[in-house]
Amino acid sequence: MTESTYRIRGETAEWEVVIGLEVHAQVTSNAKLFSGASTEFGAEPNTQVSLVDAAMPGMLPVPNRECIRQAVRTGMAIDAEINRWSRFDRKNYFYADLPQGYQISQLYHPLVGEGHLEVEVDGSLKTIGVERIHVEQDAGKLMHDQHPSMSYVDLNRSGVALMEIVSRPDMRSPAEAGAYLTKLRSILRYVGSCDGNMDQGSMRADVNVSVRKPGDELGTRTETKNVNSVRFVMQAIEHEAMRQVELLESGGTIVQETRLFNPDTGTTRSMRSKEDAHDYRYFPDPDLLPLELDEAFLEECRASLPELPDAKRARYTDAGIGAYNAGVLTAEVETARWFDALLATGANPTQAANWVTSELFGALNRTGTSIEQSSVSPAQAAELLALVADGTLSGSLAKQVFEVMLKTGQDPVAIVEERGLKQTSDTGAIEAVIAEVMAKNPNQLEQYRGGKEALFGFFVGQTMKAMGGKANPAVVNELLKKALS
Amino acid sequence: MTELTDLGVRALRDGVRAGSFSAVEVADAFITRVAQAKALNAFIVETPDHALAAAREADRARAAGETLKPLAGVPIGMKDLFCTRGVQTTAASHMLEGFVPQYESTVSQKLWDAGAGMLGKLNLDQFAMGSSNETSYFGNVVSPWRAKDGGNAALAPGGSSGGSSAAIAARLCPAATGTDTGGSIRQPAAFTGIAGIKPTYGRCSRWGVVAFASSLDQAGPMARDVTDCAIMLEAMAGYDAKDATSLQLDVPTWSHSLSPSLAGKKIGILKEYRVDGMPEEIEALWQRGIDWVKDAGAEVVEVSLPHTRYALPAYYIIAPAEASSNLARYDGVRYGLRDLPQGANLQAMYAATRAAGFGDEVKRRIMIGTYVLSAGFYDAYFTQASKVRALIARDFEAAWEACDLLLTPTAPSAAFALGEKSADPLAMYLNDVFTVPSSLAGLPAMSVPGGLDKQGLPLGLQVIGRPLDEQAVLNAGLAIEQRAGFVARPEQWW
Repeated sequence: MTESTYRIRGETAEWEVVIGLEVHAQVTSNAKLFSGASTEFGAEPNTQVSLVDAAMPGMLPVPNRECIRQAVRTGMAIDAEINRWSRFDRKNYFYADLPQGYQISQLYHPLVGEGHLEVEVDGSLKTIGVERIHVEQDAGKLMHDQHPSMSYVDLNRSGVALMEIVSRPDMRSPAEAGAYLTKLRSILRYVGSCDGNMDQGSMRADVNVSVRKPGDELGTRTETKNVNSVRFVMQAIEHEAMRQVELLESGGTIVQETRLFNPDTGTTRSMRSKEDAHDYRYFPDPDLLPLELDEAFLEECRASLPELPDAKRARYTDAGIGAYNAGVLTAEVETARWFDALLATGANPTQAANWVTSELFGALNRTGTSIEQSSVSPAQAAELLALVADGTLSGSLAKQVFEVMLKTGQDPVAIVEERGLKQTSDTGAIEAVIAEVMAKNPNQLEQYRGGKEALFGFFVGQTMKAMGGKANPAVVNELLKKALS
Repeated sequence: MTELTDLGVRALRDGVRAGSFSAVEVADAFITRVAQAKALNAFIVETPDHALAAAREADRARAAGETLKPLAGVPIGMKDLFCTRGVQTTAASHMLEGFVPQYESTVSQKLWDAGAGMLGKLNLDQFAMGSSNETSYFGNVVSPWRAKDGGNAALAPGGSSGGSSAAIAARLCPAATGTDTGGSIRQPAAFTGIAGIKPTYGRCSRWGVVAFASSLDQAGPMARDVTDCAIMLEAMAGYDAKDATSLQLDVPTWSHSLSPSLAGKKIGILKEYRVDGMPEEIEALWQRGIDWVKDAGAEVVEVSLPHTRYALPAYYIIAPAEASSNLARYDGVRYGLRDLPQGANLQAMYAATRAAGFGDEVKRRIMIGTYVLSAGFYDAYFTQASKVRALIARDFEAAWEACDLLLTPTAPSAAFALGEKSADPLAMYLNDVFTVPSSLAGLPAMSVPGGLDKQGLPLGLQVIGRPLDEQAVLNAGLAIEQRAGFVARPEQWW
């Protein structure tokens, strides 16, 4: 493990950047954290709101076990300590998008404790610590563009379950933060605890940044709220670190404050300082009993965990797949799932990996299709690869067949039969064609025999052409050599 | 002939079953009596149609030869802290004036499912905060009782379930729901010469009950005698998946298992409860209670709750802390009162709405609660109070090693005059001194009439039991009730 050498070069010194991320990830669940209301994205305003979410008088929260389960599974996926006993606290503040006047969260006793995950930056591995994961309610949404003088409130999101995943301040460069967020997103999607759709707000990060001269104590940090893409997180860090360095070098001091990121300019601006910070008056939520998890529940969570990206990648490289391809194939859970289905047919791992990363990815890119929507199934791909392996199809025939598969969704065997695309190794037929080609091209034959060996390719081309591309190239080569000599 | 309105829950139920009178006759009798008792201000809303519909259903079922439901033919009063579908629910506040829930609280639904009908929504201290019913936005309830030489001064019916206690004592309803956070069922019951039980925390669902202090709030019945309380509680209690603190237990058939024999029971007398300045009459009442339980076969032992003197301060930290958060939802955004001054922004709307919507006592408790939870004070107040609460629970655990039940006076005095303590919140809070410890520990506790003081005003005795042992509490209540022979009733002046 190597330390990052990323530095901001200021006027007077080099500065190290210290970064911590608090990631809010919406838990994948049909229902909200404490009410039975639906969590569907994009529904008409205020159609996914229960009496509890609207904080009607006398309404009470009841924990949704599925949300707890997903958070526990997430904790297990980053090797974190799972707290058998945790508790919900109320975070009190007034805002129009917060119907209860408090958010139910977990300050004092979070569900998940210390964990970590490994990221790779510039070819070297680094472990990033995760301090805790707690579950909490999301707030609703204010709409300021619906009325000239009033703001409207949409409570669809009110009460939706979030995991807050708090990292240690272990990152030292925008690239490390980007890699951490990407890796975390990948793990969440593997586990199935969050869909990771950052553009829909299912995952967003509060970015804590401070700078210091290497070896110094930690500097004062700022927190940039609700940054919703990996690229923006990296931009926000770059901008914020630069701003802090410039400020410090010009004799200023950093104010601990909350800042907002502007995606249009890539800059951050002050939202509120510590002095204006709310006193949230956290205290244990008296409507809820402490959450106690038994061994059977934990065992069920553990047993339901899928193979995670790191393990899958190791399995692929062990099977002979190159490190780069293994990385590409495991980054997104859908790709890995598709590829695993292909491997399960007994396909040769290296060939399958090469084919998927070149042919399939190329086709999907061209058509702008995601792998789950691909018209070619893993079973069909396996069939195609088998036809190449047993010599039925040449490389070029395989490409033709694949094109047809993409368009029609037909099985490769059927396409080969229907269109007669089968490669032939019938030596008699090939020899007859070779004889014909030689007869038609006496000049070239003479030149070749006179020592111009470069013309061999010409005869291969003519033969293949005459065979409609269906001759086995290896057999053609062999027979031609014999006939021409 | 006995008036129908003089009958209790059991007598009305049995009479309707036997065909001695119809449920509609019963409902009509009470409806008339409610309508004639405006001077008591016990009801915020009257719902004669609700009571009549339930009565007609009971009469129809009987005529059809069906088995009648446990409370068929019994009209009751509903404390206006329970949300009732289609019927205004205010918590006696301006904030919720005109608020009509689209849902029914679990407890009220259970009562309707048991065949009961509703005569109306009963007045209370605003958001259940108070011991005299004087904090209601809709004016205070007046106790039907009058002191012999009180110069006809209007008396407090107790609080916060003062509408419930007054209505039962005045025979406006045979029973009513109450809620008890620090004594809000037991103290008004004591003040008005009726019975009331706060069951173990978690017995009755809090779903649909306007919250005051969630870790303490518990619904329970109020009625004229112990048996009626048992019948009512059976209908009100039970597990509710919508309340995470609800106890997942079957409801015992308390009323069938009632027994006034206390043979083999040990009853603890708390030495710490001999508070300074307790009136002689309260002392005497307590002694009578001790004699009665002995007479019923119990052995009386002295026990100690060493931390009990910290109970009241701890309660007045914890309850306001929870209240300050629970009442944050009344912000003028979604329902209830909204005061939006010209040009006001969101903050100004909050301030104006809450200033206008909450009464002084509610504001006082929100401010205390906000203070004790704030940064820098949290540990000194809230954490400390929570520790005291744990110690008090431990004290009770230790007491149960030595006894099965505890016997105390319910309140340190008989009913006081309206206005007598309203200017002195601390004096008012002291009313809860005997009831608060069992609330902090979540224990079942009931008040039963123990007699009258020299002014002819009712006094109550409190029985506290082990967690879930409502049966023992009710049995002891019955033993006292039988020996006290309490038949006094307020003379009708209204």
